[in-house]
Order: sequence, then structure tokens, then C-alpha cells
Amino acid sequence: MRGLVKTYPPARSRRGEPAAAPVRASDGIDLDVRRGEIFGLLGPNGAGKTTLVRQLTGLLRPDEGRVELLGHDLVRHPERASRLVGYLGQESTALDELTVALAAETTGRLRGLDLRTARAERDAVLDELGLTPLAGRPLKKLSGGQRRLACFAAALVGDRPLLVLDEPTTGMDPVARRAVWAAVDRRRAERGATVLLVTHNVIEAETVLDRVAVLERGRIIACDTPAGLKELVGDDVRVDLVWRDAPPLDVPEVAALRESAQETGRRWSLRLGPAEARAAVAAVTGGPAFAALDDFTLATPSLEDVYLALGGREKGLMKG
Amino acid sequence: MTAVSAEAVSGKAPAASAPRPWSEDGGPAPLAPRARLLPALAAVYRAQLSRARVARIPLLFVATFQSVGIMILMRGVVDGGAEARAVVAGSSVLVVAFVALNLLAQYFGQLRASGGLDHYATLPVPPAAVVLGAAGAYASFTAPGTAVTAVVGSVLFGLPMTHLWVLVAVIPLAGAALAGLGAALGLLAPRQELATLCGQLGMSAALLLGVLPAQHMPAPVAYARDLLPSTYGVEALARSFDAHPDWLRTAADLGVCAAVGVVSLAAATWAYRRAAVR
Repeated sequence: MRGLVKTYPPARSRRGEPAAAPVRASDGIDLDVRRGEIFGLLGPNGAGKTTLVRQLTGLLRPDEGRVELLGHDLVRHPERASRLVGYLGQESTALDELTVALAAETTGRLRGLDLRTARAERDAVLDELGLTPLAGRPLKKLSGGQRRLACFAAALVGDRPLLVLDEPTTGMDPVARRAVWAAVDRRRAERGATVLLVTHNVIEAETVLDRVAVLERGRIIACDTPAGLKELVGDDVRVDLVWRDAPPLDVPEVAALRESAQETGRRWSLRLGPAEARAAVAAVTGGPAFAALDDFTLATPSLEDVYLALGGREKGLMKG
Repeated sequence: MTAVSAEAVSGKAPAASAPRPWSEDGGPAPLAPRARLLPALAAVYRAQLSRARVARIPLLFVATFQSVGIMILMRGVVDGGAEARAVVAGSSVLVVAFVALNLLAQYFGQLRASGGLDHYATLPVPPAAVVLGAAGAYASFTAPGTAVTAVVGSVLFGLPMTHLWVLVAVIPLAGAALAGLGAALGLLAPRQELATLCGQLGMSAALLLGVLPAQHMPAPVAYARDLLPSTYGVEALARSFDAHPDWLRTAADLGVCAAVGVVSLAAATWAYRRAAVR
């Protein structure tokens, strides 16, 4: 992707109200994803992840810029995307009233498979994901996580060199999540498939991704491996303090900490160097401050800290 | 995306034995085949019919009961003759209008509003296959209700059932015209509520203009009746109750249905293409 720009026209204003400003959902995005990589797009809601993905799948045309996918120019030939990409969107309405088996089979048929191949692949994928017992149930009757897994199954029928998965594990239990990541890994290992994953779940991003781009307001604010991104914040430690009610500001050490703390209700979040962190913990766990302390945690930095350190202004990232 | 293989960058060893058809360097990746029109149409048709079976059977009952109820009401007013034929034919085609026009407009309106069209738009499937498959499924779903209504009506008004086989042509052709219209309305309406409203209005028009005998209508209403594609299905069916039906005019009526069907399905396909890629 090169210099990608997508501006949504401003929402039409009602009479008497000022017009809203146009939204630049992709604001000059440059991104290279390598073949065979599991690449993540991380960012809060409204950061432009889905807009970016829709331009990759040929659903949206960029206003400017280039999208090259496995040697194909997608801006010139958007229709080629469907022959290269297996896409799992956020919506399942097109499949909701079908049974799991028919949803997978129909999707395979519409990916150009003949009936026999579509059925064979359907059976293989349902089996791989542990969905065979649910094969005859309509998607509508399944729980959110099971429905998501069924849609994921449909996305896998009919091999594609690139899988674009928009928050694939939303609502899934750990067993289903593991099935998803195993299936993704298998396609990468056996067929060299590339996977582009949209997520706002930092834990997931840390464990499954080879590289990750952090998006905010239509811009990429960082792009590296999860470990590489964490090095950006060095060996900083995150200290979370929860006070019983009011923080004991009469203790000078606590008053000093307040300046670098991010306050949310009774909770203070601080990012400190190791020595400072040790001092802070000593200060609050000994002496008069301890009586006011309800709980405290020390943690090594997560991608969330990276995101905050990079100047992420929105706080929409989910942990866990 | 650039064409740098993962092995080259990360130094991972490729799996020795497994085929890795997509990871070779150089040259664009081969494109997967497109779905061809007829198999894709068949797949969409089958899927839509199955969803209609699950979700729409109660609605088919409603449509049939509505039509049968209208005929029973009209039985008190109409005493056989041309008017009775119009009532039975109008009520039968109303079932088609209810499902093919009204429900399909709602379905496409809802699919478009919820982003469900993305699913089809990211598959290499010809737009015509999606529209024709859905329209065909909804139209064939009306067959049992239409047949039941026609038979009940014939018994109720003592009409001959000799030529009722003409339904074999009326249902698909009126179905094509009305389903095409429904799909086009659903896909073109800027908002989902408008799609629903248009579908309902279309069905009400088919009800009022199809069931009420045409002879007593004021001129502007009669023109409106001529503009409604379902009218020609009604006329064709009404003619078949004659002892010696005028087959030429029946064929002409059905020809109008077919022509409207072709045009409206083409419009719906265009609308789908427009709605799918924004």
C-alpha cells in the first residue's frame, strides 16, 4: 500500500446545524506486508482499521494511492481482490439464516469450487474447527462465538493466498480461539498463506502476530514486531495503584507521583523506570500511604503501553 | 504489499515437503477462478430457498390466508362472471406480490443496510447470480400459496379449473417481474425503512388494483393499474377461466411480465453492483 487516502464525505447536516468536517479514515497510509506473514492492524475503535481493510478487499476504492496485492494492482482491478482474498467481515447477516454446513458450502461454491470440491472442503474445515456437531444448525440459533467461528469456517472454504480477518475471535471462548489460530497457522505453514488481522485486543496481538501496525485516526503511528514495539518503551514498568478512597496527598512521595500518573477514578497508572518503580512501590507499601492503598500491580509493558507511549489519544484498547 | 517472502526476511526454513504454492517469489500470484454464472446462481438459489424455508413459511401462510380471506369477503359482493375471475386471479397474483415484491425488497434493503452485501461482494461471483438466485428463490417460494389460492378461489366462485395449468407460466413470469422490482427497490432505496415502505406500497397497489374489478375504476386509477406489472399476470390468469381462452392475448400479457422481469432484474443487478462497491 502506498500513500493510501480515503476521505469520507461529511455527514449531511440538518438545517441550522453546522456541517460536520469530512473524515479522513485513511490518511496517507504506507504499509508493506510480507508474504507468509501474520500481520496485525491494532488500534482503537474508529482508528480506520476496517476502512483500510475494505480498501484491500476491493469493497472501497481509495481516493488516492496504490494497493498492490501479490503482484496485482487493486486500484485498477478491484474485482481481482475476490480471487485472491478470503475475507471475514464483521457482519454475518448474509449467512445468518443458513445452516453452518450450507453457509460454508455456498461460500465455497461462490468462490468458484465445483459442488464436490465445495462439499469436501466444507467437511474438512468444519472438522478442523470442531464445528461438525453444529453443521445442521442455522447460524442464527448459535451463540455469538459459535456464529463467528462458523463465519470463519466459511471464509476458509476455497483456498486463498491472503486471509483478511476483521476481529475474528470476537465473543469466542478459549477453545474456539485456539481452533482459529491453529487453522491460521496451518494455512501459513502448509501453503504460505499471508494473514492480515484486524484486532483491538492487545493480548491476542502480542501472542499471534509476526508484525503489527498501530493505527490511529487514519495514520500508522508505529509498525514493528510486538517485541520491537515493546522495546520502544525500553524497560519501563507499569505500576497501577488503587486507593481505598482519596489518595494520601499529604505523603510527599505520593504527591510527587501524582504528576506522572494517569488517574481513572481511584486508580493511578504510572509508567516508570525500574529504579523509580521500586522507589514508588516502597513509598506506597510502607508508612502512612499503605493504609490508603487498596491494591497495586507491577507489570512489564504491553502493547497497550506502547500505544499510549506513542501518543495514542483514544483509549479504546481492550486488555484480555 | 510487496513480494518479499517470509523466509527471505525472517530466515525461517520453509517446510521441506509441503507444497507452498503461494510463496514463490516473482510474478503476480495466480488468480483463483471466478464462479461461473449458472453454478453460482444455483448455489445462491439453493441457499436462499433454504433460508426462505426456515424463516418465511409463516409469512407464506399469512400471504395465502390473506388472499383466501379477500376472496371470501368478495364472495358476498361478486356473483361470478368477469368480476369473479378478476377477484380470483388478483388474489392469486397477490401472493406473488407479497413474497416476491414485498419480502424481497425488505430482504435486500436489510442486507444492504447491515453490510451483509459485503459477503457476496468479496466473492468472485457475478452480480446477476446473486440477484437472480435470490429473486428466483423468492418467486418459486410463492408457487404453493398461489396454486392453493387459485384452486380455493375456483371452487369458491365455481370457475373452471381446466386451464389452471397456465399458472406454470404465470408464477415464474409474474414472479420475475415482481421479484425484479422488489430487488431493485430494496437495493436502490437509500434507507432500509424506505425499502420496506416501497415493498409494502407495491404490495398494497397489487392488492387494490389487482383484486378490485377493473370495469368500475376511474380513468387515472385504471392507468395506474396498467403501469403495474402484476396486472398483466392477473389478466393472463383471469383469461384462463374462459371456456375458450384467448391464448394470443394471454401470451401477450405474459410477454409484458417477461419484459418487465428482464428490465427490472437488469436494473436490480445494476443496483447490486452499485450498492456492493462504494
